[in-house]
Amino acid sequence: MMTVDARGLSCPEPLMMTQAAVKKADGPVTVLVDSVIPRDNILKFVKKKKKNAEVTEENGVFTIVIS
Amino acid sequence: MSFNMSDSKVKLLIAGIICGLVGVCLAFFGNPGNMAICIACFIRDTAGSMGLHAAAPVQYFRPEIVGMVCGSFLIALATKEYKVTAGSSPMIRFLLGIMIVIGALVFLGCPLRMVIRMAAGDLNAWIALIGFVLGVATGTLALKNGYTLGRAYETNATGGLVLPIFMVVALILAFTTALFHFTEAGGGPGALHAPVAIALIGGLVFGVFAQRSRMCFAGSVRDIIMLKDFSLITIIGGFFVVMLIYNIATGNFHLSTAGQPVSHQQWLWNILGMYVVGFAAVLAGGCPLRQLIMAGQGSLDAAITVIGMFFGAALCHNFGFASSGDMKDAATGEVTLGGTGPNGRIATIVCIILLFIIAFVGNKRKEEKAE
Repeated sequence: MMTVDARGLSCPEPLMMTQAAVKKADGPVTVLVDSVIPRDNILKFVKKKKKNAEVTEENGVFTIVIS
Repeated sequence: MSFNMSDSKVKLLIAGIICGLVGVCLAFFGNPGNMAICIACFIRDTAGSMGLHAAAPVQYFRPEIVGMVCGSFLIALATKEYKVTAGSSPMIRFLLGIMIVIGALVFLGCPLRMVIRMAAGDLNAWIALIGFVLGVATGTLALKNGYTLGRAYETNATGGLVLPIFMVVALILAFTTALFHFTEAGGGPGALHAPVAIALIGGLVFGVFAQRSRMCFAGSVRDIIMLKDFSLITIIGGFFVVMLIYNIATGNFHLSTAGQPVSHQQWLWNILGMYVVGFAAVLAGGCPLRQLIMAGQGSLDAAITVIGMFFGAALCHNFGFASSGDMKDAATGEVTLGGTGPNGRIATIVCIILLFIIAFVGNKRKEEKAE
C-alpha cells in the first residue's frame, strides 16, 4: 500500500501529493494529514473521483484510506 | 461547535457577502477612498503609528488588523481548530512577507484592496489583476514543479498567544497614551478612519468569517488554475458584488484610470507590483489576509510572514519603495501624477528575481516512496 505523509504541509501540497499518489498507485492509498483543511480538500477530491475514503483520527492526525 | 462556512458554495457566498458588508460599513464610517479594508495599507499605517517608518501621511493604528487576528484566534479556539505549529522555513516566509508588501505598495493595495478598487471602476486595478493572475500562475507552476517550504510541527501552545496579545496591548496603548504617531487631520490617508470601536468590531467579524470560509485571494486564483476548483472564488465574488452595489448606490463608481483615490496610472508597475504579490502569496501559502488569519489560529510561520509584512512596510517608506498616488490640488484643481520612484522599480525587479530563486532553486519536495 502507498502511504502519503502530508503532515505539517500547507495547502495545496497535501492534495497535490494525494492526486499524484492515487494516479500512480494500483491499490489503496493511505494519506496522513494533521489539519482539517487538507482533510476536507482531500475528501472533496475523493468524492469527485468517485472513490471511497475512510477517515480515522488519533491525536490530531487524520488517517485517510482511499480505495 | 460546528460552524463550517467552507463546505458549500452558498455558504462561501454568504461569507463573502458578510465580509463585503463589513467593508461597506468601514467605508461608510470613514476609511479612506476605495480602502475600506486593505491589509497592506493598514499594516503600513500601523507600522507608521508605531514609529517603524516616518511617513507622516500614513500613520494610524488600524484596529481592523487587531480585530482580524483576534477574530481568527477566538473562533479557532471555539471550533477547536487552534493549533500552534512552527518550523516551515520561517526566514523564507519572513522574506516573502517583505516582498508581498513591497509589491502591494508599488501597486498601492493588497489583493483585497485590488478587488475593492475594481468594484469602484478603477481600471488601474483591473490592469493590475493581470499581474496578480500571472504571479499566482507562476507560483502554481513552482508548486507543480515540487516547490515546498517543508513541514510545520506542533510546538508550545504559548507561542501562539504572542501575536494576539501583543496586538491587543498595542491597541490599548495606541488609544490611551501618546506613545504612537497619528497623521494630523487632512494630512493624508492615515487621517481618514472609521471610529475605533466600529473598526475593531468590523475586523473581528471579518476575521471570524475569513477563518471559517478559508477566504484567500491568492488561493482562489490558484485553485482555478491548478484544480479547476471555483469554490474559493465564490467568496471573492460575493465580496465584489456587495462593494460594487455600494459604490454604484453612493455615486462612488467611476470607470476610469485617472482620478481614482490613492492610486497611480503606471500600468507596467501596477502589473509588476501585483505580479510580486501573487507570486509571493502562493509561495507563502496565502494572501496577506490569509496570513493574518493563519497567524491568529496558531501558525507561527504565518506570524513570521506577518512580521515580515510590518518590516517590509517600514522598508517601503524608509527607502522610498512605495509609490505615490495621483494628487489633485483642491484650490487650483491641478493634478500631480503619482507613481513609482526609481527605488521602487529596483525593489520590484529584485523581488521578482528573488522569487524565482526561492520558487525554482532549492525548496524542493522529496518524492514519496511506496512501502
